[in-house]
Amino acid sequence: MFEALFGRLTWDSIILVQEFEDPNLNTFITAGAAAMLPVGGALVVALLFWMKWWKPLFEWLTSVDHKKIGTMYIIFAVIMLFRGVVEGILMRVNQAVGLNGGFLSSDHFNQLFTTHGTNMIFFVAMPFLIGLINIVVPLQIGARDVAFPKLNQISLGLTAVGGFLIMISLLVGEFSTGGWTGYPSFTGRLINPGVGPDYYILSIGIAGLGSTLTGVNFAVTIYKMRAAGMSFMRMPLFTWTALCTSILLIFAMPPLTACCLMLGLDRYLGFHFFTNDMGGNLMNYINLFWMFGHPEVYILILPAFGVMSEIAATFSGKRLYGYVGLVAATMCIAVLSFMVWLHHFFTMGQSTTVNAAFGIATLLIAIPTGVKIYDWLATLWGGRVRFTTPMLYLCGFFVLFAIGGLSGVILANPTLDYQLHNSLFLVAHFHNVIIPGTLFGVLAGIYYWFPKIYGFRLLDGYSRITAFLWAFGFILAFLPLYQVGMMGMTRRTVAYENPALVPWMVVSGIGALFLGLAFTFVLLTLWRSVVNRKKLMVPFGDPWDGRTLEWWTPAPTPEWNFAVLPKVDGRDAFTEAKAKGTAYQPIEKYEDIEMPANTYYGLIIAALGSGLGFGLVWYMWWLAIICFLGCIVTVITYAFLPERKKIIPAAEVREIDETWRRAARESRGVTRDDECNEANQGLARPDIITNP
Amino acid sequence: MSAPTGQSLHPGLNLGEEHGDDHLEAETSVFGFWVFMMSDLVTFGMFFAVFATTMPLACCPGPKELFDFGSIAWQTAFLLLSSVTSGMAVLTMKQEHGGRGACTKKLVFWLLLTVLLGCGFLYREISDFISMAAAGGPPTRSGYLSALWSLVGLHGLHVTGGIIWCLVIVVGVLVRGVDRRWKLALLRWALFWHFLDVVWIFIFSFVFLGGLL
Repeated sequence: MFEALFGRLTWDSIILVQEFEDPNLNTFITAGAAAMLPVGGALVVALLFWMKWWKPLFEWLTSVDHKKIGTMYIIFAVIMLFRGVVEGILMRVNQAVGLNGGFLSSDHFNQLFTTHGTNMIFFVAMPFLIGLINIVVPLQIGARDVAFPKLNQISLGLTAVGGFLIMISLLVGEFSTGGWTGYPSFTGRLINPGVGPDYYILSIGIAGLGSTLTGVNFAVTIYKMRAAGMSFMRMPLFTWTALCTSILLIFAMPPLTACCLMLGLDRYLGFHFFTNDMGGNLMNYINLFWMFGHPEVYILILPAFGVMSEIAATFSGKRLYGYVGLVAATMCIAVLSFMVWLHHFFTMGQSTTVNAAFGIATLLIAIPTGVKIYDWLATLWGGRVRFTTPMLYLCGFFVLFAIGGLSGVILANPTLDYQLHNSLFLVAHFHNVIIPGTLFGVLAGIYYWFPKIYGFRLLDGYSRITAFLWAFGFILAFLPLYQVGMMGMTRRTVAYENPALVPWMVVSGIGALFLGLAFTFVLLTLWRSVVNRKKLMVPFGDPWDGRTLEWWTPAPTPEWNFAVLPKVDGRDAFTEAKAKGTAYQPIEKYEDIEMPANTYYGLIIAALGSGLGFGLVWYMWWLAIICFLGCIVTVITYAFLPERKKIIPAAEVREIDETWRRAARESRGVTRDDECNEANQGLARPDIITNP
Repeated sequence: MSAPTGQSLHPGLNLGEEHGDDHLEAETSVFGFWVFMMSDLVTFGMFFAVFATTMPLACCPGPKELFDFGSIAWQTAFLLLSSVTSGMAVLTMKQEHGGRGACTKKLVFWLLLTVLLGCGFLYREISDFISMAAAGGPPTRSGYLSALWSLVGLHGLHVTGGIIWCLVIVVGVLVRGVDRRWKLALLRWALFWHFLDVVWIFIFSFVFLGGLL
């Protein structure tokens, strides 16, 4: 009876119970982490009751507004980033004292690097970028929403299911110990029959479905919903990179789905895809995984390149240099990214010819990436450059990302890879591209677009300190790893015996602490800015003298984005309108706006998906079956429910829009000298340098 | 939508301009589904690729012992015919529901005929699976059989989904009439059904013919 109800879930599976049964430092740490879930959950619920936030909460959770969905993605990513950073600090500190054995048990350490990687890639970097894309792309192309708003909500729901599974594994059971790549046969049923790999497969498999749907949604949005006159070569660069990312999601996620399915079949039903016997072949998994995995790294970096392009142009008050080159480079990278997956396993027995071909293909990617860096540098050249926070991130990116890219070129050479593979050199390399690339891009993008969506700027001082802390912490934490990697230290080792490594590991551990401080400052910046928001308001909506359509609305942007859909006749449409003085001219005709109404669709799918995943992990078959059937019933029910629309009357739109335009015509605005002062109300005055 | 009426910009079957706004709406909806199918095709491609790397083991029965070619021919016939009937359903919708006649009965007839043929396909496929398992070829026996079962099974699951989807559409047009929502659903479902046909042709050629020759 008990087994039918709870499957293989027992009292001992709950981590907190293990702490009582076997108290030691490892169980104390896991119990502390596990306790954060119920305690944090209780605090959140208490806060919701205290502030009476239930209604607004459901308003958000049921919203199909792309700006709110994007915000929820980013909040989700910040929560997961917290966990990822703490895990990173634990590992680096363990290594700092890890000579002849640190304080973590090897099993605990293995779980830490697995969850850290899985978490950071799938539930931090991707939601951050998809969140930014959600918020920005419809605004940049002059649309009111995405092509399929309900599908967008479902994608968010499926991502949340993955997050739920990886989080609940802290409290109940354990996570995989096979690294974020989860190679069988180590994650196979024979060697690892526990729940860990099942959590892994289901969390990334389900979240992967959500990402595929996001890719479809944004590809269609960008292809079909651009404003009148916005041809492809007039799209802002961020939208271009979002398009390339969407295409990569569409084609790169299916291999992940396939290899998760196959590994699942091996584990649950005893198939022989990746087993060592009976004609199984684990190389198939490795090929499939990296057919997803390599495009994935460009899914992570391309939108960050897009953010950097927008920032370089805006904060030097110049048209983006080499627009066509940047578009071509982005496309080149997207195509090449499918042709290099084998460089992740040069040492696994292919012929030298195959290795050489993939090595050369990998080296080729450096060319379009170099083109991009030079284009951004040339954009700054002779511009009206302001060293605002996003520019600090851009400068950090120029230097640090270039180092990371160059170490990638080193690893792309199979002969060198034979020496360096599986060492901390590799760990240093990919952190060196992901932190100064993706993370800097995301943070710069959040600072840049924050006032657009929420109506106030982030505090400048705090943001600058945060930027420096990230850069400083990164340098300390990861550059030493290049050295220890070359000294022969392998990745994913809990302890080591060579005393010469100790100083480097201590520096790296200190760097990790600085990264923790940097994360704290992200939250601090947000909190202080919310408290001081009255002084930071930018109601006119154009705090940085922006160039693209998203700045052509009040801030916070109304639900319908544009009172009247804009028409575009150039690349920097808004800059041209401002130069001609037509940006804030009155509009004669307003029409009723039809927006999709709130729906519980995504929320229901998320709840059922969580049940499905949890039921499968613990062999609670009844739960899995009920939730699976529930998903089907939900989809069919929604197919019959009438499409609900919200009509916003023309009079209401007219009032808000006319007030904004009139005030903008009557105010003077500020020059770029006062960009980061309280005087900045979001209206740009022509500057000493006229826009070329 | 900025598409000029009368000119079909979206790929695939169009509704024709007499369907007015529905015709324009189909542009985004059907294009989105094409994109989704591209993604799904890659999933099938991965299963094909894995299948291509496996070989029947000497220990277990191979294609010659396991495949019943007569049954496979029947399955192929059922599925190809069902594609024709699904095409008839779409043509019925296009020509009889564009503001002129509204013969919902005829539409439902073609859809139900498609479902029937689809069920015939599934029946033969499932009985083949059962006899394969009985003949000593369950998927747990070898890598080759795992890849075979999951590739063919994945297609079978898609067909099952397509049948359920089609039944939902039948109920939808009976309850709600052939309005925009069900027209668009029918367009997408028809694409999906043809897509499964194409995938089957590859399975037929590479898995079954390739195994037997």
